[in-house]
Order: sequence, then C-alpha cells, then structure tokens
Amino acid sequence: MNKEAEQKEVGTVTGIYQEFETWQVNTGGSTIHAKRMPGFFRTVKNYTQSLWLLFFLVPYLRWNGKQAILFDIANRQFHFFNLTILPQDIWMLSLLLLLLAMALFAVTSVASRVWCGYFCFQTAWTDWYTWIEDKVEGPHHARRKLDAAPWNLEKIQKKVIKHLIWMVIALFTGISFSIWFVDAFDYWNMLVHFQLPLVGWVVLIAFFFGTYILAGLLREQVCMWLCPYARIQGVMTDSQTILPTYDFNRGEPRGKLHRKAEGSAAQGDCIDCYQCVQVCPTGVDIRDGQQLGCITCGLCLDACDSIMDKVGTSRGLIRYASLDELEGKPVKKMYQHPRTLVYLGIILLAFGGIVYGLTHLGSMTLKVVTERQPLFVRMSDGSIQNKYEFKVLNKTDKDLFVTVTAEGGVKDQIILGAEKPLLTHHGRGTSFTIFVKAPGENIKREVTPIEFRIQSVEDPLIAAEYNTKFNGPKP
Amino acid sequence: MSEKHDVSGVPTTGHVWDDDLADFTNQPPKWWMLGLTASALFVVVYWIYYPSVPFASTGGFFKGTGGWTAIKEMEADKGEVDAVRGKFEARLKDMTPAAILADNELSEYVKRSGKVLFGDNCAACHGQNGVGTRDKEGLFAPILNDDDWLYGGKIDNIHETITGGRQGMMVAHKDTLKEAQIVDVAKYVKAMSDEGKDKADADPAVAAGKKVFMESDCTACHGPDAKGMQAMGSPNLTDKIWRFDGSVEGIKRTTTYGVNSGDPQARVAVMPSFKKAGKLSDAEIKKLAVYVYKFGGGQAEVAAAPAVEAAAPVAK
Repeated sequence: MNKEAEQKEVGTVTGIYQEFETWQVNTGGSTIHAKRMPGFFRTVKNYTQSLWLLFFLVPYLRWNGKQAILFDIANRQFHFFNLTILPQDIWMLSLLLLLLAMALFAVTSVASRVWCGYFCFQTAWTDWYTWIEDKVEGPHHARRKLDAAPWNLEKIQKKVIKHLIWMVIALFTGISFSIWFVDAFDYWNMLVHFQLPLVGWVVLIAFFFGTYILAGLLREQVCMWLCPYARIQGVMTDSQTILPTYDFNRGEPRGKLHRKAEGSAAQGDCIDCYQCVQVCPTGVDIRDGQQLGCITCGLCLDACDSIMDKVGTSRGLIRYASLDELEGKPVKKMYQHPRTLVYLGIILLAFGGIVYGLTHLGSMTLKVVTERQPLFVRMSDGSIQNKYEFKVLNKTDKDLFVTVTAEGGVKDQIILGAEKPLLTHHGRGTSFTIFVKAPGENIKREVTPIEFRIQSVEDPLIAAEYNTKFNGPKP
Repeated sequence: MSEKHDVSGVPTTGHVWDDDLADFTNQPPKWWMLGLTASALFVVVYWIYYPSVPFASTGGFFKGTGGWTAIKEMEADKGEVDAVRGKFEARLKDMTPAAILADNELSEYVKRSGKVLFGDNCAACHGQNGVGTRDKEGLFAPILNDDDWLYGGKIDNIHETITGGRQGMMVAHKDTLKEAQIVDVAKYVKAMSDEGKDKADADPAVAAGKKVFMESDCTACHGPDAKGMQAMGSPNLTDKIWRFDGSVEGIKRTTTYGVNSGDPQARVAVMPSFKKAGKLSDAEIKKLAVYVYKFGGGQAEVAAAPAVEAAAPVAK
C-alpha cells in the first residue's frame, strides 16, 4: 500500500486499525520508573498534594472538648466545630456532593484533569511512594538496574526497607481514615489495646491493603483501567479546554540536536530528548497528543522547559494550550463556553441550597401525628377528645424541657398531658402523647385547624411549630 | 487447533468463519483460574457443612456436619432481641402497674409491646386502639379510650379487670315492674343523660320515672343520684356514654330483661379472666393495663380529673 492510499483510508474503519498500531497501550507489563525533575509544576504539585496532610492531622483537632470534625456513625451525628448535623439534615450532603461533582466537571472543562494531576489521592500517594522509592533505591535509572539485577543481599535490603516504609504509610492511611468516623483518641486507645470492633479491623485492613496495592504496586494502572473518573473527565474536555499540549507546529519535524547543528533543513524545536517521556508518571508520550494515560500533571512541561532553556530556545514547546489555539482557530473567552456556564450555574444553586440549609438548621423540630383510630373520642361529659403523638427532635447538645401550647382549634379547648414541662432528649427523638379536649357544643366543623407550638423553658428562642387538625363529629 | 493467527501469532482453534475470523485459544488469567478452583472447592465444603441433599424415598435429608438449622438460627436471633428487652423486663417483673406508669422510660417501652398484646388479645372485642366494637344491638364491648369506666379507670382497677375478668349483672325487671313503669324510668334516666342533671322537679313528664327509680331497687345498684357504683360495675346513668343502646327503647329493653340475668333476651356483657385462662403472664397483664390506661381515659390515682384540667395551659 502506498503512502497516498494510506492517507485516504484515515477516517475509515480501516483507518482506526492503522491508528491502533501506533497506540501505546500501557498494561503495566513493566514498572514505570519516572525521573523526578524540579520545576514550576513540580512545586505546584507538591503544594496541592500536601493538602492531604489535612487528612492525617485534622481529626486530632479538638473543639469544646470534642473532636472538631467527626462523622459519628455510631451515634448518627456529624460534628463540625459548633455545628451538629443529624441525619434529618442529610439532604445537604447530596447538595454538597452535587457541588463537588459540578466543581470537578467545571474545572475539567476549563483546564482538563486538574483533579487527577494535582489533587487526586491516587496521584498523591503514588507520588509519595515513588519519592520514597527514589530515596531508598536511588534515581530512576538505578531503580531500573536494580529491578533487572539478580537477587542479592543489597537488593533484598533495599526492597524490604522500601516496602516497610510503604506499609507504615498504608497503615497510617487506614488509621487516619478511621478516625474521621470515631473519636481519634478513643480509636488509638482501642487500637493499641487490640480492642477495635470487627468493623474497625476490616476497615483498617482494607485501607492498609488498598493503599499498599493501589499506590505501591498498581500506580498508574489505577488511572488507566480502574478509575471511572479518569474516563469521565477525559470526555469532558473539548477543543477549548486548555491542557498540557505539545506544540507540533513548532516542534515538528523533530530531530536530534546535532543534526540541527549540521543545518539540516526545516528542523523543528523538538530535539527528541525523551525527557518528557522520562518524567511522566504514567509513561505516556505527550507528543502523541492528548490521550487517556495523561493525567495532566504538568511534569513534562517542567522537563521540556528545562531542556529548552539549555538549548537556548524559548520555553513552551509543551505548554497548557487548547487544541483550538494550536490549530490557529480563534480562542473563545470563558463566557463563550456554555457548558462551563451551566456547570457554574448548578454550582451556585447547590451552594445556595447548602447556605440556606445551614442557616435554617433550627435547634428543634416538631412533628405531630394525629391518632386516626379513633379520630376522636366522646367523653362522659359530652366533650370531644383528640389524641396526638408528638415527635420532638432536640438538636442541641443538652436535654431541654418544653411547654406545649396551641393556636387555633376549638374554643375553650384544654391540653392534657403537658401540665408540667416535658423532657426532650438531646441528639435523638423524643415522643410523647398529648390530648386535646374541647366542649362538644363549641365544635363547629368536623375538621378544625390547630397549630401546636413547643417552646423550651430554658431558652425561649428554641421552639418549633406544627400545623395539624382537630377532629370532631359532624355538628 | 495449533494453527496460528497470521498477524498476532496467537494460536487459534483452527476454525475459520467468514473468510478470516478465528478464535484465539488464550489461557484464562491465572488469578481467574485460581478463583474458579477456589469456588469449586467452596461448593464442596458448603455441601458437606450445610444440609444439602434431600432423600426423596425417606422424606429426610442429609443434615450436614455443621449442625446448622433454621430453627437454631432463629433462636439465636431471638436471644439478641431478648437481651435488649431483658433489662426492661427484669424491672417490670417486680413493679406495680402504677409504678410502671410513673416511669417514663418504662411506659414508653410498654407502649410498644402493649400494642401487640392488645391486638392479639383485646382488639377482637374492644377494637383496635380500644375504639369498641358494635353488633346489631349496639355496643358489643365498651370503648376503652373515653373516661367512662364501669369498674373504675384507675390503673389498679384496669389491672384488676384484665386479671380477673368482669361480668355485668342486672336483674330482669319484667316481673317486678309494669311496662308503663319501665317506660317512665327509661325516660327519666334518658333525660338526665341528655341534660346532665336531674330534671324531675322541673319537668313533670319525667317525675313519674323518678318515683319508680327511687322506690324500686334501682338505687341499690345505681345509687340515689343514678351515678352508679364502680365497685359493683353499675354504670353512671347521668353521663353521655351508654354501655348499651341509649335510646328510650334500648333502656327499656335493658331494664326489662336485665344484663346476664339468665333471661334469653338479656343483654350480654362478659369479659373473661386473662389470668385464669393462662393466656397472659403477670408481666403481660401489667403491660396491658398501662397500655389501656394510656388510651386517654385513664384516671390519675390522687388528683381529681377537673383539678388537673384547671391547671393545664388553656389555649387562647
């Protein structure tokens, strides 16, 4: 097949197969030993990844004698400093998840896989693990040599040290995850006495192995074949998204530096030094264009820039750029990118919902269930009695006494069962029965609206109302 | 077999479709084969450990070496429930119904099991939630959630009623009173119920009835004020709640033939003893007493009901 015919077939079914032969599919057959190079994006990455230190440290933060942030699963409460959120308010969590998802989408559509490259725990932990590998076994070329070398005392020693450190990190990852859900100091106490409950051991062991295997052994394979977000985010980029891109206009045709020096015609800026491939943690060649293996971490930009500095040409042969920009199409402004605007709109809505929820939490809720069998009871003096089941949720952190009053209802009605203030337990529901008795002759309708109000004796600002009905016979 | 694919070099099954399609004969991955083998071993162990093989001829089955049965598992689960209930039940055992009622936590606990007990034992006559049941003659069994009690609405009265049962008793008056007298007395008590007070002095229409009421044996059980005596289960005739049909016709019938009097037309009002029948344990009867008390008609031990009502906050 000659060159011309081949060109014609691109874009047909056969074209796909031809492309396939140039695809580099990394199935993890050999470990990728990436070179570590300093640079702007490496520094940014170090800072963004170090946010994960919060994951390890925040659970030890105390607030008013309690853990400041605690997802207390056993007691079904979420503590956030002064705030306690009960499962009844969990709808805000769904808005929070929506907000986070949309933030991910919006950032991805603007600047591609920022999450993957700079924030993702898989990237962060893998980076730390390979940093330890680098310290213990030496730089990338030494590690490659060590892997190929026959087993001897030195190799065993290095490998054992590396895996031990990995395991310690994995263990701390498991512990740190757990103490977001159980009081940190209680957890350590139970742990060192080997008294964790079964579920605690299961979580710890799962996270220990999960961290060790995912970050230590699988590494970039997780991003390629396990992570659904990697694929989702890949399809959310378009020709307007800026992402690490090789400027093929400037770089091609690539060639070694000495050939360029010899003055061969029409040589591009790329000197084919392979530094961009060497530093890539997922082992892709960015010069093949955007591909699923690229987590857009920007490390190849650092590598290329350092080379460009050395050969004396300008930086940015590999840079954050959109496809439109490279192909010379007009670059649209951010507000001309409708998808991003839609994402932003949803983010604002979700954020508004959360703000509304947090400011309208209330410290007490009331629900009144009217007895339905019988709807009402005729008493011996001819009055009509209704029975109500009060369900009070006291969201404060102390037990409160409440009084019960009613608005509306029937003239001269009396409330029975709340002669003394009633106790409501904090942090859980309390139910009590209240009767309302009204003279039969005052009942004008079968159904009379009535509004109950409970009010704390200790703090009159803590109150709740509920609208319900008073049932009677047909007058 | 053993042919090789011309491009990939992988062995194929040797079968070719549609000119160039062939099946590779790649081995499954090792981890997959291990998983398959482990699953097969698991099945064998499971078969031996648990009951697995039915014997059609004898109706029996291979019982398994582990000794597992569904009954045992159910008993173990029941043990868990009993452990939760245990601490409440232990306290209930030695407490009087009044003490249980006074204890908020316990009476909440009792409410739940009381509901089940009531549904199983009481609701057939008294209706779900004590609303009473009716037959063609009117109320078949008393309403339990109002404040009118034949035998008293204090917690101990209710407990006693469930324990020992009750049997209403009113003699037939067809032989001692004339029919006209019975009509007069029926009108008299009906008027008292409707008006809430004795109208005989003001209203000559019912004065004749009052005379009959006072001079025959009515007062012996219902009292001179017709308010009844809970000690013997005679009802209050002046309130708005009638055990049997409250119309003049109905009252006439009750008076003529009595209640449980042996007359074939007599009203029937019998509640069995739940202790004697052995149906309910002491603790269950206590629970039921508290449950029934809390329907809304229970009467407090000391303070009279009106005093409590007066102290209650009155809605605007």
